[in-house]
Amino acid sequence: MPGTLRRTRSILDFALASLLRRKGRNAALLGVYTLVVFVAASLVFFTQAVKREAHQVLADAPGLVVQRTLAGRQDLVPLAWADWVRGLRGVRSVRPRWWGYYYDGAFGANFTVQASEDAALPAGSARIGAGAARILRVKEGDLITLRGHDNLPLLLTVQGILSSDSELVASDLLLLPREDFQTLFGLPPDQATDLAVDVANPRELPTLAAKIAERYPEARPILHSEILRTYDAIFDWRGGLLVAVLMIAVLCFAIFAWDRAAGLSAEERREIGILKSIGWETSDVLLLKLLEGLAVSLTAFLSGCVLAYGHVFLFSAPLFEGALKGWSVLYPRYRLVPVVDGYQLSLLFLLAVVPYTAATLIPGWRAATVDPDAAMRS
Amino acid sequence: MIQQPGVLALLAASALVAAFLALAAGFGLRILRRWDLRSGSDLQLALERETYLVSTLVAFALAAEVVSLFLFVFTADGLHGRFAGAMCAAGTLNAAPGGYATLLLKVANCLLAGVWLILNHADTRGYDYPLIRAKYAFLLVLAPLVWVEAFLAFRYFTGLRAEVITSCCGSLFSQGQGGLAGDLAAWPERTAMAVLAAVLGALFVAGGVLLRTGRGGYAFGLLSGLAFLAGTASLVSFVSVYLYELPTHHCPFCCLQAEYGHVGYLLYGTLLGGGIAGLGTGALMPFRRRASLAAALPALQRRLVLAALLAFGLFALVVAYQVATSSLRLGP
Amino acid sequence: MIEVANVTKTYHAGRPNAYTAVDGVSLAIERGRLTVLKGPSGSGKTTLLSLVGCMARPSSGRIHLRGVKAAGLPAAGGALEITSLPERFLTEIRRATFGFIFQHFNLIKGVSTLENVMLPAYPLGGDPAALRRRAGELLERFGLSRHAREPIDRLSGGELQRVAIARALVNDPAVLIADEPTAHLDSHLSEAFMALMGTFKEGGRTLLIASHDPLVYDSPLVDATHELRDGRLCGKASA
Repeated sequence: MPGTLRRTRSILDFALASLLRRKGRNAALLGVYTLVVFVAASLVFFTQAVKREAHQVLADAPGLVVQRTLAGRQDLVPLAWADWVRGLRGVRSVRPRWWGYYYDGAFGANFTVQASEDAALPAGSARIGAGAARILRVKEGDLITLRGHDNLPLLLTVQGILSSDSELVASDLLLLPREDFQTLFGLPPDQATDLAVDVANPRELPTLAAKIAERYPEARPILHSEILRTYDAIFDWRGGLLVAVLMIAVLCFAIFAWDRAAGLSAEERREIGILKSIGWETSDVLLLKLLEGLAVSLTAFLSGCVLAYGHVFLFSAPLFEGALKGWSVLYPRYRLVPVVDGYQLSLLFLLAVVPYTAATLIPGWRAATVDPDAAMRS
Repeated sequence: MIQQPGVLALLAASALVAAFLALAAGFGLRILRRWDLRSGSDLQLALERETYLVSTLVAFALAAEVVSLFLFVFTADGLHGRFAGAMCAAGTLNAAPGGYATLLLKVANCLLAGVWLILNHADTRGYDYPLIRAKYAFLLVLAPLVWVEAFLAFRYFTGLRAEVITSCCGSLFSQGQGGLAGDLAAWPERTAMAVLAAVLGALFVAGGVLLRTGRGGYAFGLLSGLAFLAGTASLVSFVSVYLYELPTHHCPFCCLQAEYGHVGYLLYGTLLGGGIAGLGTGALMPFRRRASLAAALPALQRRLVLAALLAFGLFALVVAYQVATSSLRLGP
Repeated sequence: MIEVANVTKTYHAGRPNAYTAVDGVSLAIERGRLTVLKGPSGSGKTTLLSLVGCMARPSSGRIHLRGVKAAGLPAAGGALEITSLPERFLTEIRRATFGFIFQHFNLIKGVSTLENVMLPAYPLGGDPAALRRRAGELLERFGLSRHAREPIDRLSGGELQRVAIARALVNDPAVLIADEPTAHLDSHLSEAFMALMGTFKEGGRTLLIASHDPLVYDSPLVDATHELRDGRLCGKASA
């Protein structure tokens, strides 16, 4: 139906020209609208990207981690457990792990410390994360000093800085040889922090976990999938919390848009009256209002999304990282991998475009239904 | 209750659409009770102005419903990691009561809102508001369905508990399970293909007859509804299997993912569009004898029939292409 | 061409501020003639124009149009009853049949002269190039071509009225309706306006003018005059 199309095109031309004629008024609205979309889109892009990052980091994590609890708190695992688990059917490997946290009073920073059994990392040396290197102001070949549990200093040569691909997790990491780790924290030699278990068939993991829990009642087996679920829940929960706050902002914006649309200027009212009097019908004016609204919405939606894309993926979301990332004082510097999908776009559409359209719909209808003869009677 | 941006947005959108339909239904009720076309009173003029508002409200509701339909599936898909045993949207929807009911009702409401807008369009073509009572009575049926949908969505999302063990699509839609989904999946591919081909064939014949002679509109509407159902069923029964190239994977949602080239949008879009246009054709049949519509209605129905045939034809082509180019070959 | 039978229009019926602008008026308007409604301001002339011009529906009474092309509408004996038509259909008839020249011109500020003339045709969905050509020809005919691209804010009173007339003609209506067309013009321009009306009459258009300006209702071009007072016809129609 080319007639319908031509009608829409003519009215669209007029709608755009009307918007441009009232640049000042509309620029303010467009600015606020873009800001709302920008904040919402940054939030959504950021949450999704961080979730994905976490999934990628955890992709190589072991299928099952066995911890030991003592009076409900995590405790060290005897290495004897590892031998027993190794004997179970379907188990491919069992690896004791040593890790913990070290607080450096001088720099006021908390580091993740992990023991490495890598033969290339001899006693007295360490590899450290890029963030840790920044804080400690050291580079390869420098010496770092850690204070042991017995108050004795432990001197280590920085053998290398860990690459920043997976900085979100590795940034605050100090990788020590096992002997140095045990000396630093004064651990007994026959105990480890936890056990990492790998199996040939992941479907057997729940059965295996049950067997371990039955043999060692104080054991706490943690499945890989449960870790992922927890991560998702944490990021979603925080994202949801921010969206809940954001919704109040969207509501305020919708009220602002409603007010703007309802309080049409006398000039605009006169214009609609004239259009009605010269032969425009209510549905023509509704179409005009709809197209005006769509032009504003889509401009704000696109520019807000593009700005948010830059904010999150090029500048690593400086505005939100505090609220959404970990608790450490050591914020890793990293670039998130861009990921934009149908979920995010439909979500943003519902969060931004739908409230605006809803808020302007009834005022638009009111404006469109002025009597055609009103312009004559005035 | 799961705190997640998608869940919050969906609940807010449901509440908004429900509120708008309540408003529309309120106007509808007033119009049904006070309508008097012969009168030039202020009330009648106000009622006529309100018809514009009601159609705008319903059009808005339809647009919001379609967007939220897709977001609903995406959100369910994004949540699957939270439920032991859920591997995609299908598992999440099973994780709390009301998941599938919400989805089905959402689809039904999209179809009904689309048909309502077609009736509304036809009504505006007649000089004496020929469908005014029918369409507002229909609106009074549609509004409660939307409220029920909003309620179900709320109950479903508040009922989601992360520890629940659910069946993922692999077990939900695999043969040998009871329930409708299992039965659909257990349908032999050949039978399902034959049924789909038969229904679509009959639809095209009926469409041809309707275009040529102007008869058989009811049959066409009925067949469109059947084609919508057969198309959806075939997605579960055999299209999914060919698409994912896994003989046991019957999930109708994974095809929306990027891994499968987003072909799901095309499949669901054509089904919804074809369903709305076809059902709309049938719904217009009782009114074609009205004097005020005698000129406009046949032309409108022709356009709707063409749109429905185009949509279902495209659906059939995409399905045929997927089956033909799949590297999966099912038994003899 | 147009038959008005016992038409009444009441605003705010049933409320304390109710008032009847047109009260039981019956008259006929002949094709190809110039008819004038005269009477003081507030006598219901403008309301009657808006009822005849399909802008508003009467509270009671009937209005019939003859010789009007309208698809999908019943025309018993060639007469179309417009009293109870929905707004959509009234608008369709109005766009095809009537051209309006308003007292205050009702042009849109900030919009170019050419676009002001084209505006009534936008909802019709015609070919934009043809519309532009038609509007350009009308502007040329009224000596406004050099202002085509300028916003109307810069035009003089007489020019504004010629833009308004060009706009009224853009959909080529059979009937031209003018409300107090000379209210804002000096005598010289008013005479020019009436001369223009004369050419339209010769071109076969039906003209309906509401005015209390003797320069209009005493013009030799006028075929019929109806006098209104307090919403009622008074005296005999002079022909």
